[in-house]
Amino acid sequence: MTVEANSHTLPTLDGRVGSLRPSLEWLARRAEPLAITLFAILIGLALFSIFIALVGKSPIQLFELIYAGGFGTWFSVQNSLSRAAPLLLTALCVALPARLGLVVIGAEGAVVLGGLAAAAIALPLVGSAPPLLVWLIMALAAMLVGAVWIGLAGFLRHYRGVNETIASLLLAYIAIALLNHLIEGPLRHPASLNKPSTAPLPPDYMLGSIPGMDVHWGLVFGVTACILSWVLIEATSFGFAARIAGGNVRAAQIQGLPVGRLIVGFTALAGAFGGLAGMIEVAAVQGSANASLAAGYGYTGILVAFLARHNPLAIIPVAVLLGGLDASGGLIQRRMGLPDATMLVLQGTLFVVILFCETFYGRCKIFNPDLWKRSA
Amino acid sequence: MEAIGIGVWGVPLAVFAGAIRVSTPFIFVSLGEAITERSGRINLGLEGTLVFGAMTAYAVAVVTLSPWLGVLAAMAVGACFGLIHGFICKFPKVNDIAIGIAMMQFGLGLAFFLGKPFIQPAAPRLPAIAFGVWSDLPQIQAALNINVLFLVGAALALAFWWASRNTRVGLILRVVGDSSDAARAMGLNPDTVRLFATAAGGALAAIGGAYLSLYYPGSWNEGISSGQGLMAVALVIFARWNPVGCFLAALLFGGAGALGPALQSVGVTKGYYLFYAAPYVLTLVIMIATSSPTRSLAGAPGALSITK
Repeated sequence: MTVEANSHTLPTLDGRVGSLRPSLEWLARRAEPLAITLFAILIGLALFSIFIALVGKSPIQLFELIYAGGFGTWFSVQNSLSRAAPLLLTALCVALPARLGLVVIGAEGAVVLGGLAAAAIALPLVGSAPPLLVWLIMALAAMLVGAVWIGLAGFLRHYRGVNETIASLLLAYIAIALLNHLIEGPLRHPASLNKPSTAPLPPDYMLGSIPGMDVHWGLVFGVTACILSWVLIEATSFGFAARIAGGNVRAAQIQGLPVGRLIVGFTALAGAFGGLAGMIEVAAVQGSANASLAAGYGYTGILVAFLARHNPLAIIPVAVLLGGLDASGGLIQRRMGLPDATMLVLQGTLFVVILFCETFYGRCKIFNPDLWKRSA
Repeated sequence: MEAIGIGVWGVPLAVFAGAIRVSTPFIFVSLGEAITERSGRINLGLEGTLVFGAMTAYAVAVVTLSPWLGVLAAMAVGACFGLIHGFICKFPKVNDIAIGIAMMQFGLGLAFFLGKPFIQPAAPRLPAIAFGVWSDLPQIQAALNINVLFLVGAALALAFWWASRNTRVGLILRVVGDSSDAARAMGLNPDTVRLFATAAGGALAAIGGAYLSLYYPGSWNEGISSGQGLMAVALVIFARWNPVGCFLAALLFGGAGALGPALQSVGVTKGYYLFYAAPYVLTLVIMIATSSPTRSLAGAPGALSITK
């Protein structure tokens, strides 16, 4: 099973210095993923419009509301950015293993356990340690637990041959059961009657907003993680080895690359990012670990990663886009009387179409310099 | 279920009854997945098909007052989902596992969207046959109240097992699943066979969904499935693509799923949520125990991507 990795081709230096052709070729190869993704999004939106028209609502009004609720005002932009923050991290949780050819879909498990670990480790420290230290310890605990959880799926894949897609999803279900067990029992705060939770963090231990914005610090963490991941994949020998292993495992093994360590390392890093998303949910949004941790960020992250073609930098705009869709969901529910699952239908439609459009890669002559006439 | 009067014997009895009740959706989804995988393709989207089937069956049963029409409608939409999956996977460079995940999200979203008006009304339930009338104990009567679909599933498992080695269709399915080239040499079109196999798998998975919404637990809501559609994929690997094995594995999973509620009924409430995780832990342990990094699985269809 392989996931198509991005074909990052550098400008070809075939001696034709001074000719425009190398830069055109470079541009064409770079433009292909963008053009096909935009084409797929357009087709997906068209299909979704037909669906909305069929249930008797106006697709135009819907898109106006998505714009207004997600991007129309400074308030809605900030709302979209806040919702994009966990998606950046859960998308990395899918994209990093995908660069090695693994389909890991259990990011939800890392989010849930990361949040739980962060809340559990913070409570005894609150009051005796300064907030900055507590946040650091929370983040480290969350990342460690997430790394173990998703790293386990990678470990089982390489050393036991267990399919990582199913294993990671089973681990996510087990993580949610663990969360429910602990917040209903040993870690339950007596005051949380209707919604079982751990004890809440005091207000001065909550991660605040980025100065000048009403967006929590999770966005900075997410964007930083995406940039660091891009550097790791594109500019380090570790990332280079991972790209080779993702392209052809046999070739990587023959070259003597440590495929097992690469797989465990990448899945563990992916899980660490997922766990960090859980810590941010606890420290910046919820204030405690509760069932809201399993809000589906892990599943939306799968779509973000596939839309971004597992490129960490492309994850940033895609996550903001889907954060905006998410942010406008409430407005669409109120104004148009559509169910809250409307956005799920849109996401599912986009997901299917985007994967279908994978088939167009290499078929359009304009993006494929090898098929150009030798006239330049 | 009450366990007064028979004491701790209530636990194995409740597990037995639960195994039959909980396993039925597993039987149908795993048989569907087994047929699809036998043709050399994997459909991870059966979770979405299952939930969409549950919604369709419930909605049709509410409107027509006939649960059996609901099951038929679920089969039809399940086959449509399978056809979409099979059609898209026909194109080059399309990854069947990723398409399955996308179809799962699409099916779930569409089911929640269209099923919103049907959360409140009550639908007629599928009938059960009382095999326990000979007993005076209400527990045994309740345990032997077996739904018709369970019996249908058991019969189907046997029929598929027989058909896969004794009929032309079964042979075609296995040839296509083992080698696309061999199939083409025989004049078969692998894509067409896989299209129909995925459609049949979708129809079967949707029956599993209909059982969830029309019998046990017997209602439609957004939390109706707890991952049965995905666990079935692991179950098929465990059962080595053998229909009768799928039936037995489904019973085992059903028993694991029934352990928590059974213990709760005799007063063991501690760690209830941990027992809830038992089927997932069991699936994972079985996958670890039966997989190997060096050899491909015995009995695996040769063209299947998941075992490569």
